Amino acid sequence: MSNIVFSVIARDLKLAMRRQADIVSALFFFIIVVSLFPLGIGPELDLLRQLAPGVLWVAALLATMLSLPRLFADDHRDGTLEQLALSPHPLGLVVTGKVIAHWLVSGLPLALIAPVLGIQFDLSGEALLVLTGAILLGTPALSGIGAIGAALTLGLRGGGVLLSLLVLPLYIPVLIFGAGAVDATVSGLGGEGHLSLLAAMTIAAIGFAPWASAAALKIALE
Amino acid sequence: MNDRFNLYRFSSPATFYPLAGKMIPWFIAAGTLFGLAGLYIGMLVAPTDFQQGEGYRIIFVHVPTSWMSMFIYLVMAFWAAIGLAFNTRLSGMMAQALAPTGALMAFLSLWTGALWGKPMWGTWWVWDARLTSELILLFLYIGYMALVVAIDDARRADKAGGILLLVGVVNIPIIYFSVKWWNTLHQGSSVNLTKSSMAEIMLWGMLLMALAFWMYSIAVALARVRTIILERECHTDWVRAELTGGKA
Repeated sequence: MSNIVFSVIARDLKLAMRRQADIVSALFFFIIVVSLFPLGIGPELDLLRQLAPGVLWVAALLATMLSLPRLFADDHRDGTLEQLALSPHPLGLVVTGKVIAHWLVSGLPLALIAPVLGIQFDLSGEALLVLTGAILLGTPALSGIGAIGAALTLGLRGGGVLLSLLVLPLYIPVLIFGAGAVDATVSGLGGEGHLSLLAAMTIAAIGFAPWASAAALKIALE
Repeated sequence: MNDRFNLYRFSSPATFYPLAGKMIPWFIAAGTLFGLAGLYIGMLVAPTDFQQGEGYRIIFVHVPTSWMSMFIYLVMAFWAAIGLAFNTRLSGMMAQALAPTGALMAFLSLWTGALWGKPMWGTWWVWDARLTSELILLFLYIGYMALVVAIDDARRADKAGGILLLVGVVNIPIIYFSVKWWNTLHQGSSVNLTKSSMAEIMLWGMLLMALAFWMYSIAVALARVRTIILERECHTDWVRAELTGGKA
């Protein structure tokens, strides 16, 4: 059962490593978007400190969106996806593997770079810690929910824009609790509740979303 | 041929088309009657609110549209589930026919809410839980319609849209509660089943208006599903007969 998940992860990671430019460009997109905000708003540190959690999270949502269309598109184009769907393994598990691999190359780098960007916004050490934890906990849910959108828009014209239209509203809870965790820490309330809810959403998304996207993939492959 | 009345007979577009045509005038009539009665009670009979003055009367449009916007999404999700489970053609068409009406209701609810908010709260828009979730509901409607339009193959559009609707309906409570915990400023709900803080006559006006909007939605959705049926089934003999017969 879990064998197929791990072999899909290994395969997708290997493919991603062959095209590192994709990972790096999504990461730099994140860095650039975050850096644009101080330029647009002004350099007052008090203001930036308040805006930082929201800005970083919105940028993380957009950076995740950016890499989603490729989640299934390449495999769809060269026919691999059909072979995977024909294999005796449940397609849901294959998608689970792809979602985890997607998180490893898109969500994880964001979490690693986020504290550095947080320093630019003058966040305290504790806030940086919570921010990193929140992005680590929340981005798998983004990959999971995004996989549904990627599967639904597979092979459609204007797929990228359509994908964001479908998926961004569904990302709102993750955004609220992700940014809320940092806000609550900064205001002294403690972000544990927010982090627990983020973890709950991630578990639910990783558990259920692959099966919904497997159903969507089967429709797309018909 | 079976003598017994068979509900499943109407799951075929060819048999549902004339049935829908027969039902539409009734729903229009019912909607008009409920609407006139509701407007009469709401605008003329219901007393002026001692706190909010005459401005509160927009509630007779605002609350029914909000209810309908949420209810229509549930109905669409219901049709989506039926369509995915039993692979029926008509279900997807029903979901598609309902979507524009649902989006319109969500939009009207936001619009009338803004018109109400300006005199009462002094602002067109506040980022509170119910306004925000209504806005997100509008986004979900728009996302569904955009997805369905983008897929050329009608059957794939139905099924993909159906999955999106089911994912959306699972997410609605999550979105609602997350937005609610994020910020709560909106006045509490004035209507609940056991005890209502409203005058009874206002409640009647609102219920009548809700029924009017409900009947309107059904009538419009049926009219729209008829055109969808004609469009999808244009290659069949009965549609050809229907269309040429209509001309003669």
